[in-house]
Amino acid sequence: MAAGEQTSSEYIKHHLTNLTFGKDQDGVWRLAESAQEAQEMGFYAIHLDSMGWAIGLGLIFIILFSMVARKATTGVPTGLQNSIEMIIEFIDSNVKDTFSHTNKLIAPMALTAFMWVLLMNLMDLVPVDWVPQLATFIGSNFFGMDPHHVYFKIVPTTDPNVTMGMSLSVFFLALFYSIKNKGVGGFVGELTLHPFSSKNFLVKIILIPINLFLEGVSLLAKPISHGLRLFGNLYAGEMIFILIALLPLYVQWTLSVPWAIFHILVIVLQAFIFMVLMIVYMNMAHETGDH
Amino acid sequence: MNINLTLIGQAISFAIFVWFCMKFVWPPITSALDQRKKTISEGLSAAEQGQQALEKAKVDVEEKLLEAKTEAKSIIAMAEKRQGDILDEASVKASQEASKKIKLAEQEVEQLSMRLKESLKKDLSKLVIDGAEMILKKEIDKSAHDKAIKDLVNKI
Repeated sequence: MAAGEQTSSEYIKHHLTNLTFGKDQDGVWRLAESAQEAQEMGFYAIHLDSMGWAIGLGLIFIILFSMVARKATTGVPTGLQNSIEMIIEFIDSNVKDTFSHTNKLIAPMALTAFMWVLLMNLMDLVPVDWVPQLATFIGSNFFGMDPHHVYFKIVPTTDPNVTMGMSLSVFFLALFYSIKNKGVGGFVGELTLHPFSSKNFLVKIILIPINLFLEGVSLLAKPISHGLRLFGNLYAGEMIFILIALLPLYVQWTLSVPWAIFHILVIVLQAFIFMVLMIVYMNMAHETGDH
Repeated sequence: MNINLTLIGQAISFAIFVWFCMKFVWPPITSALDQRKKTISEGLSAAEQGQQALEKAKVDVEEKLLEAKTEAKSIIAMAEKRQGDILDEASVKASQEASKKIKLAEQEVEQLSMRLKESLKKDLSKLVIDGAEMILKKEIDKSAHDKAIKDLVNKI
């Protein structure tokens, strides 16, 4: 448990606040000193911890894989190459099973999403207090910050900005490919002439708003559910770790160990689901056949 | 839980990572995998071909072995026959030679006995004449007696 004078709710709140750098109400760019302040900064703020960890983990993925890619031999692969080839073949078979068109972007994108999300989720297994305490120590000792106002979250996927940032990228890419493959007419037709359709022209016209409403909701629900599913699962997982950390020291392990073991499953599963949904949405954007 | 610029930052970094992955990670590894798949399948088919060749070679070897065996058998049979022939020939020749030698020896013996008989005849007739001369020393007509002796000799 963190500093003794904190109440439980303060502790939880502290753990759920990002290190936010943004424009405050006076128009000055600075670090937010409380959750309240971070909220008031509005859109013009950036979560330094989420971005830092996300980019750092992304770099680990990229460096590791490109190192192997540069030395990739066609002969007998060594340990690291072996495991990376296993991941690549796993992604490749998933993409081939789900995505039935040719697009050179999809498989690398699926690989990036899977590995990146997996690494970001894995940060959830680091004990909840280690890094925030370390950050508090560094922040208060080297930067003269108030130790209670050093916020630091290390799991980027518990930040909706991160998950929605990825799911919205996928959404816009899907829109782009939809229009590219079906044409504007085809895309609009998909939104307005389904699921209710009629041979009578007048009825067809009447049905357009209903169809547009239904299809619009389902279209917009995709990226939101895509991003929030990942966020929700990881956020809940982290929340439970934080709650367990509130218990007395000698019983913590009886709950945190089983939960961590179970969470390993969630971590991999959510990364996998995120990747599969991405491939499915991209596949839908390439379907030109009628429904 | 505020939505802010992090959203865009994440989207940008996602785009960059995907681009990098598409450019420098995915193609070399997948091409290496494909290459290896090809090499392995080639190796497997080569091994299969080798196996087939080996099988064929085994059959060939057996055939050749059988051929060689039968040939050896026929050679041995021929040699045995030839041996018999040679033995027969040799025995025939030997017996011929032997009979020839025997004949020659017989002839020689005959000649020898003839010559002996002749010389014995001469010696005997001379002895007879000497004896008669000694007995009938005086009056005997030499020519008449010669004639008689000659007749005697011829008779013998």
